[in-house]
Amino acid sequence: MPTGTQSSKPSNKVNARMTSPLSWLWIVGIAVIIAVPFLVPSMQLLVNFAMAKGLAVLGVTVLLRAGQVSFGHALYFGIAAYAGAFLMTSMPATDFFVILIVGVLGAIVAGLFVGLFVVRYRGIFFGMLNLAFSMIFWSILEKFYHLTGGADGLRFTRPTVFGQALDHVQFNMVLYYSVLVLVVALGWFTHRWFASPVGQLFQTIKTNETRLEYLGISPKRALLSGYLLSAALCGVGGVMMGMAQGVVTPEYVWWVRSAEMVFIAVLGGAGSVQGAFLGALIYEVVRTYASVYAGDIWQMILGGFLLIIILFAPGGLIGILESAFKRDTTKPSAKTGDRK
Amino acid sequence: MNFSIFLLALFDGVAYAALVFIVALGLTLIFGVMRILNVAHGSLYAIGAYTTVSLVGYFLALGFAPAFAFPLMIVSAILVGIVIGAPLEYFLLRRIYQKSEVLQLLVTFAVFMILEDVQRLVWGTQPYFNSSALQVLGNVTVFGVTYTAYQLILLPLIAVVLLLGMRFFLRHTIIGKLITATTEDREAAQSIGIDADRVFLFTFVIGAVLAGLGGALASPTTSILPGMGADMIVLSFAVVATAGLGQIEGAALTALMIGLGRSFAVYLYPEISVLVPYLIMVLVLLVRPEGLFGSPAARKI
Amino acid sequence: MTEVLLETRNLTIKFGGITAADNVSLTINAGKNLAIIGPNGAGKTTFLNICTGWLKPSKGQVLFEGRDITPLPPRKIVDRGVARAFQIPQLFTEHTALENLLIAASARQKRRNPLVDMHAIPERTEMLHLLDMVGCADVADVLVVELPEGQRKLIDIAVALALKPRLLLMDEPTSGVASSEKHAIMEILIGALKEANVTSVFVEHDMGIVEKYADEVAVWNSGNVQLRGTPAEILEHPDVIRDVIGEVV
Repeated sequence: MPTGTQSSKPSNKVNARMTSPLSWLWIVGIAVIIAVPFLVPSMQLLVNFAMAKGLAVLGVTVLLRAGQVSFGHALYFGIAAYAGAFLMTSMPATDFFVILIVGVLGAIVAGLFVGLFVVRYRGIFFGMLNLAFSMIFWSILEKFYHLTGGADGLRFTRPTVFGQALDHVQFNMVLYYSVLVLVVALGWFTHRWFASPVGQLFQTIKTNETRLEYLGISPKRALLSGYLLSAALCGVGGVMMGMAQGVVTPEYVWWVRSAEMVFIAVLGGAGSVQGAFLGALIYEVVRTYASVYAGDIWQMILGGFLLIIILFAPGGLIGILESAFKRDTTKPSAKTGDRK
Repeated sequence: MNFSIFLLALFDGVAYAALVFIVALGLTLIFGVMRILNVAHGSLYAIGAYTTVSLVGYFLALGFAPAFAFPLMIVSAILVGIVIGAPLEYFLLRRIYQKSEVLQLLVTFAVFMILEDVQRLVWGTQPYFNSSALQVLGNVTVFGVTYTAYQLILLPLIAVVLLLGMRFFLRHTIIGKLITATTEDREAAQSIGIDADRVFLFTFVIGAVLAGLGGALASPTTSILPGMGADMIVLSFAVVATAGLGQIEGAALTALMIGLGRSFAVYLYPEISVLVPYLIMVLVLLVRPEGLFGSPAARKI
Repeated sequence: MTEVLLETRNLTIKFGGITAADNVSLTINAGKNLAIIGPNGAGKTTFLNICTGWLKPSKGQVLFEGRDITPLPPRKIVDRGVARAFQIPQLFTEHTALENLLIAASARQKRRNPLVDMHAIPERTEMLHLLDMVGCADVADVLVVELPEGQRKLIDIAVALALKPRLLLMDEPTSGVASSEKHAIMEILIGALKEANVTSVFVEHDMGIVEKYADEVAVWNSGNVQLRGTPAEILEHPDVIRDVIGEVV
């Protein structure tokens, strides 16, 4: 990852591919998260949840880079979680990593099926069709009680780790740091993917599909490749969340979940990898403490914030931080291709 | 399935379709003219229903005849359009016309979230119910099956009147033609002196009134609960998407398809009745991505 | 050696009541730069659209290197060696000029490694050179959305060239370019094309450019090619003077 050096070009037309002033944010963030179980153990679970959600939000973020928003990505969050839970119920001594892999595979396979269909659409249709698929799956989860546990869901029993059965506390530690490793690894990978030829071609869907076609590339296939990545990311988040909570319910794929992911993505900074995790963390913290005082108007607050961000701070939290730490006159357009 | 059940399902479907069409009409009108998918449309529907029930309850308690419910419905619809719709367009939507489709969608979605809690704050979470309007019109018996005249006759009648009225309005009245012109080419319309801002405001208010009217008309037929707005937006979007965004006549047909599909599913396969609108939409779009009556957007280069 | 690069046979397309292409049979020979001139709205861009698969004709065929490409979508035709620069430049507005070219090169090379930074691909030097050739090296790191039309047109051409096509179709390549620079750019462009063995077809309204840089000229009017010949022959032709040159801005 680049160090935080500022480019010295005075022209305000230089694009913001120069290193972000927020590279330190990663380092500080990771250090804080590593310390939490020791310094503030009561927040361990919350931070765990936040990281898992952050991964799912990263999935939504990938699509936002192509200018598309999916209102149904909770589908992959849930499918991965249920796949993991199913496996645990049928083979109780399964290992943690196997569960993870199976969960992600489930999400990717589902992503392929749904993706092949939805990549023919853009904009509103894309968003709402994803929603439709997630709600279809939700109905299936609710109705087929004998298979899925219905509204009560499935218990997600504790898997073994490298063949060892761990107790509650030990497993939670393993889980916590595993999620952190996944956050760092997948965050890094996604960041590199965005900067790679494949990722850049994917992002051109936002600005000019005609030209993309005239470069010899199928826009649908380009979108599908990003879609599969986004489904996989959501899946990782979902299966980790399931293991952290110990239960998976149809609520995992409920539309409010999908909306929450989109909200966090926009809150953090639409299109920013850091934003996905920063947004998730702040969201979880605020949600947990605010629901006590403002449970009744929680949606109103979210909606209000969403409006404020879109109208006045389209770069989200990361955008605000970047402006605050900008030293030269360059104004990074909130829409430039490469964001951290 | 015996004949009576068949008729019941049929009547249910038609009544339901009529309501959904009225709401979808507003949604597709707004989209056709302003190219914005108003996610808050469902909330306007719900608020129309809540407002009607509140007004009806208030006036009936004062001693007014139950038939007064009907004019109150119209009042509710207009209130929704003017008190909520107009400021929404004027202060909020007007700022986002230049932004990307995604952002516009998120803005109307944010409004939806806000309005959902507004409903909760104003009316609480308990169900509301007032069926006086149904009772005013009484029942009819068709082929041995008894059904309310309100649902079987009045609702479809209103839907048809609105459909024909909208067609006439858009094609044969001056304002309607201004709207049509602005829809086809906003810049050209402005260059010949049409105030596109006003056209947009007017269109949005009409769309909002229609949503409110749908809610008002629905209020006697069902208990009003939180979440009915969310249900309705998904349903009306399914109707609009299946027909093709902006297709008014097509929306009538798809409303009927989806209404009947859902009601028959309730009687035959209740487990999937909730899924039917989504399934129909997905199946149609699989074959015709632009909707049954939509025309594929040809990009010019 | 005249290899027929692109050939249309009886190409016809109608839009409602208008016949934009009426039984057009045209061959484009390798190595001979063809200019297409004609009044506005006569169907020249539509013709390019059909040749590149963006539109399908109602009748007729398009063949490239002897093989039928009529049913193919644009991306497959591009794969076979046809590239296009547009009347209104089609670029990735949220990327820089250089990035647009790097993206084109990545597409051409079918680069799939997700960990490689696009700015580090080996084609970077070549793309900088292309950018320099069209006189846009100083705006390499500027977002396209911030560039004026003239530079966008040039970058659009560079993007098409980045694909290393055999046939380059350009729709009014110098419109929007400052007139003092038109000839200079065309000079370099045509030189580079010749060196890279790229045949070009360009729709053009500037007769000075046509005269100097086209090997052949086709006159397009009323949905078909009415005349064809060398610039000298065509530009002196009375019909052309009456119908085309007289109308050129």
